[in-house]
Amino acid sequence: MGLNKTALKKAVGAGVFLLLVFIVVPWALSRAGRGDLISALTSVALYSVISSGVWLTFYIGRINIGQGAYALLGGYVSAVLVVKYGMLFWFTLPLAGLFCAAASVLIGLPILRLRGVYFAMVTLTLTEVARLLAQALPITNGPSGITNIPPPGELSVFGLTLIPDFGGLENLRLGFYYLAASLMVLCFAGMWRLVNSRVGFLCRSLQQNEELAASIGVNVARLRLLAYAISSFLGGVGGAVFAAIVRSVYPATFQIQESVNFMLYCFMGGLNYVFGPMLGTLTLYLGWDFLFKTGEYQLLFYSSALIALMLFLPNGLLSIRFGRGKKA
Amino acid sequence: MSAFLSVHNMTRRFGGLTAVNDVNFEVREKEILSVIGPNGAGKSTLFKLISSFLRPTRGEVRLRGAVISGLRPDIAANFGVVRTFQETTIFRGMSARDNVIIAHHLRARAGLFGFYMNSKTAADDEKKFGKSADEILDFLRLSEVKNEIAANLPHGHLRALGIAIGLAVNPQILLLDEPFAGMNHDETTKALDMVREVRKRGVTLLVVEHDMRAVMNISDRIVVLNFGEKIAEGAPEEIQKNEKVIEAYLGAEDAEIGV
Repeated sequence: MGLNKTALKKAVGAGVFLLLVFIVVPWALSRAGRGDLISALTSVALYSVISSGVWLTFYIGRINIGQGAYALLGGYVSAVLVVKYGMLFWFTLPLAGLFCAAASVLIGLPILRLRGVYFAMVTLTLTEVARLLAQALPITNGPSGITNIPPPGELSVFGLTLIPDFGGLENLRLGFYYLAASLMVLCFAGMWRLVNSRVGFLCRSLQQNEELAASIGVNVARLRLLAYAISSFLGGVGGAVFAAIVRSVYPATFQIQESVNFMLYCFMGGLNYVFGPMLGTLTLYLGWDFLFKTGEYQLLFYSSALIALMLFLPNGLLSIRFGRGKKA
Repeated sequence: MSAFLSVHNMTRRFGGLTAVNDVNFEVREKEILSVIGPNGAGKSTLFKLISSFLRPTRGEVRLRGAVISGLRPDIAANFGVVRTFQETTIFRGMSARDNVIIAHHLRARAGLFGFYMNSKTAADDEKKFGKSADEILDFLRLSEVKNEIAANLPHGHLRALGIAIGLAVNPQILLLDEPFAGMNHDETTKALDMVREVRKRGVTLLVVEHDMRAVMNISDRIVVLNFGEKIAEGAPEEIQKNEKVIEAYLGAEDAEIGV
């Protein structure tokens, strides 16, 4: 009975959450005429997808400050395919993710051997390398970037429209909100399943002791690569959607600042909780916007709040509710 | 007696230092073989070489004829060569039971994707792992603490848990890294019984150990290392009388007193 009860609780929770995300929030904000908030929440949803990738690398015991590199790469892959090759955005979306995953395997092979601060330092430089590459390569159009990316076109199968042409949408903002929110729900559902399956169990074993994990027969190097590839896939997909929303991508679209933010979102929500990045992104992104009113003191308040968080809630916001050691 | 596990010309150098030098010996099936030696004799290096945690500079280890050295630890484990660690090496944040369950990894028939999708094979695996883990925990008298977070367990239980993790991998030979280190008389007696019971399950044991009394008590045969070289091999009674061994140990004692 006890088990059924928690299962029911979870189902109700998920239902309420979906209702909020897909119906209540867009309806309420549209009525209130707060298009700006819809855009903000779109960014929150996207950034939480990207951060959730960072979270997964934390989950195998690696500090990842390089997610901006993959978001930038994903943005460029999608933009180049759409603008230069006329490909439909919807096809470029998985391609951007897969391209980033493939790149991350090549990059991860050497660097995932590093641990702790050494891995963190290398990932920090990745973002800068990606930016410099974007400036130098001919295909990315250098510093001027790729602009005027058309809105996502219609996706149809045998004449049946699955996703309408975004160019013809009455409310483009709302269209992108639904896109980002759907990705977020998919991403976190998938991540939740991962964490609660043996795959997540194995990831935790890596986080706690890689030698012991190897001694019981876990192919540590392969599992690390897999987690890093999934992480980068999410970064690439998020970056691709971001480029489509702002209709452009520049070398400066994702910089070290963004990479650091993605990591902070994870810290804010809590590294032990799979939904941590979502809550962390929501709080910090909206918090930053909210602090805009404080003018020149914005950064001061923001950083003070972060320091306070690290001091008093080292396990993140979600640790308030779940308390002792319970993992989401 | 067939050669079950054999160590051939095993040599490992670290820069100019030769930690293990041309060591040869065999482990017979279902015996308890101990490797002893004074501090710095190369015991730990040899231990890591056999479990593929280190690559040999020269030489090889064979299990029933197949080379199992110079690979990766997870591949060696797959061959059935499983090492334990000293007590602090456990999955600290997991329950004792989860520590043992996850160590069943190599017995899984489902792949990672199967586990992700919770396929029938995967669900079946999980059920079996749980059952087997409970049996192992019961065998090592850990049933009562199986739901405790491993980091909170007392020393004695941690040692037992380390062995439980090793057993869960389904080893042909279990390598124990100083299982009696830091134990008092009573604890050692209990631990000795535990090791004997593990052998009764049909597991061959190779023990690297400091504690002379425990080693003499438990071993079928003993290999003695000094300065990276094998200086003696034989039954406990022979080793006790061996002059080279006495010299090596007394020499070490003198040195300690000298300091």
